[in-house]
Amino acid sequence: MTLWLMAGLLFTPLAWAVLTLLTDFRWGRWVTSFGILVQVLVSLGLWLTIARDGGFYYGLGGWDAPLGIELRVDGLAVTFVLLTAVVASACGWHAGVYIDPDKAWHRYFWPLFWFLWSGLNAVWLGGDLFNLYVGLELISLSAVGLVALGGKAAALRASLRYLLAALLGSLAYLLGVALLYGQFGSLSIAGVATLLADNPAPAGSGLALALMVTGLSLKTALFPLHQWLPPAHGIAKSPVSALLSALVVKASFYIAARLWLEFGATIGSFAAAQLVGLLGSAAVVWGSWLAFRQQQLKQVVAYSSVAQIGYLFLLFPLTYSVSEAVSLQAQQGITLQVISHGLAKAAMFLAAGNLILSVGSGRIEALAGVSRFLPFSLFSFGLAGVSLMSLPPTGGFTAKWLLLQASLGSGQWWWVAVLLAGGLLSAAYVFRIYRASFLERPETDRFYHPPRSLEVIPLILALLSLGLGLASEQVLSVMALPFEEAGAP
Amino acid sequence: MTASLLYALAGAVLFGMGLYGLLRLPHLLRKLLAFNIMGSGVFLVMVGLPQHRGGADPIPQALVLTGIVVAIAATALAVVLMRRYYHLSGMTTLEEPSPEQRPGGRR
Repeated sequence: MTLWLMAGLLFTPLAWAVLTLLTDFRWGRWVTSFGILVQVLVSLGLWLTIARDGGFYYGLGGWDAPLGIELRVDGLAVTFVLLTAVVASACGWHAGVYIDPDKAWHRYFWPLFWFLWSGLNAVWLGGDLFNLYVGLELISLSAVGLVALGGKAAALRASLRYLLAALLGSLAYLLGVALLYGQFGSLSIAGVATLLADNPAPAGSGLALALMVTGLSLKTALFPLHQWLPPAHGIAKSPVSALLSALVVKASFYIAARLWLEFGATIGSFAAAQLVGLLGSAAVVWGSWLAFRQQQLKQVVAYSSVAQIGYLFLLFPLTYSVSEAVSLQAQQGITLQVISHGLAKAAMFLAAGNLILSVGSGRIEALAGVSRFLPFSLFSFGLAGVSLMSLPPTGGFTAKWLLLQASLGSGQWWWVAVLLAGGLLSAAYVFRIYRASFLERPETDRFYHPPRSLEVIPLILALLSLGLGLASEQVLSVMALPFEEAGAP
Repeated sequence: MTASLLYALAGAVLFGMGLYGLLRLPHLLRKLLAFNIMGSGVFLVMVGLPQHRGGADPIPQALVLTGIVVAIAATALAVVLMRRYYHLSGMTTLEEPSPEQRPGGRR
């Protein structure tokens, strides 16, 4: 049973990438829809297995670490596998309708989409540092290819900038891995954590952790290393932007978070944790302010990603030398923030793509009159905005509420100011778009009306991010599923 | 100074040189070469550092082989993108074109 689930999660995306490489765009759509069905079923199956038996280690092909690839399947990993299944299915479905099948190079969308998905699954399940690196590179290279699908010189400039930033980040991470291996002789995260718990941390392991976290923050676009993100996410096709903002940046953050939670208590320091938190706060304020200043609709959404990613890095100070309960609250808050931002931002990018398709221009002023003639797409956009503003009962609200409690519980009250300021600033940029769209300038309906399926998908995602606040207990219970220690190395 | 430390230090120096080149050189091809130098530095650290455990350690050597494959894939992708970018814009740097100076070579 487990064998089939693992094969489904890791092998089928690769197989589908090769299959769709042989087809044109229209055939690729059919092949992909079958593959999406397989992925959704397998992800649900994995969830059921973990809920029944608890988490476990799985050696790929029967080879255990250090020779084989060892996967760590726990509640958190399953949460992200499920999130990926939801968001990637929605984006794949949307892309099948949205992307013009008559341009020859668009047929490469499907292989890149599947390589991206396999990389994501590999990162969620990866248990050792080097295979996480390989998964990250798979994600980055396919994401860069997806951005370059725009085909214009500006899209290529954005994708080259993205590629160089991503490669620099990976190398910094890999150098950290090399130093860590040199000191501990182990690549498994759990193995290094055990060694650290028994012995004092050797000199230089702080440098290794710093290199890894810096490289991963560059890939996650933490302020001030965020400059590559807005051009790449803004210029890509809307389903691609949705994938990049909702999932790709979360993959590198997920690794950084797991490293911090495992090693931070022994090799981290209070100053480092506060510094990362400070940079995250600066990202919240500066990203929101730049989002407010943009003239292009998709640039607003892209800068809003920079701001929302900033919240995630509050994990570092809120879990360093605090009580168990506060640390758990912070972890739950961050997980909910990742999920709600993933759903809301995917909805927002897809809805923005529909709006741009309708008005024929990416500028915000061009939205005048949209509220009267195209209320559907605007409604999804606004609903996703409500989650970003973190108003109750959205998932964004519950996430910030947990973070607020964790900040007060750990006595680090200064992060509360960041949470409040971020909410207000995001309200400012969402309302600016609403204001533009409520102007009643054109008297007649001169807009293109996108097919209904394009409008339904962002609405579903936005409703999910809204409902996350109501079902947060259930979602968090998946994350907290017990881990079976029997199979631990 | 032991031999393994010497390898690691040489790797660190290569990493630093590549980092400087990647950040400071404007030409895209030079940036790509700098990335490859950085990568070599990392591989040197990776193979060199764990050698003090009684002879060569086989695991990092296998890892570096995988790392080289990844680096080649990344380099190939970068070269393809750069070629296409040069075709479309006639530029070899990532600077934004100023509005009055239209890029030449546009098809």
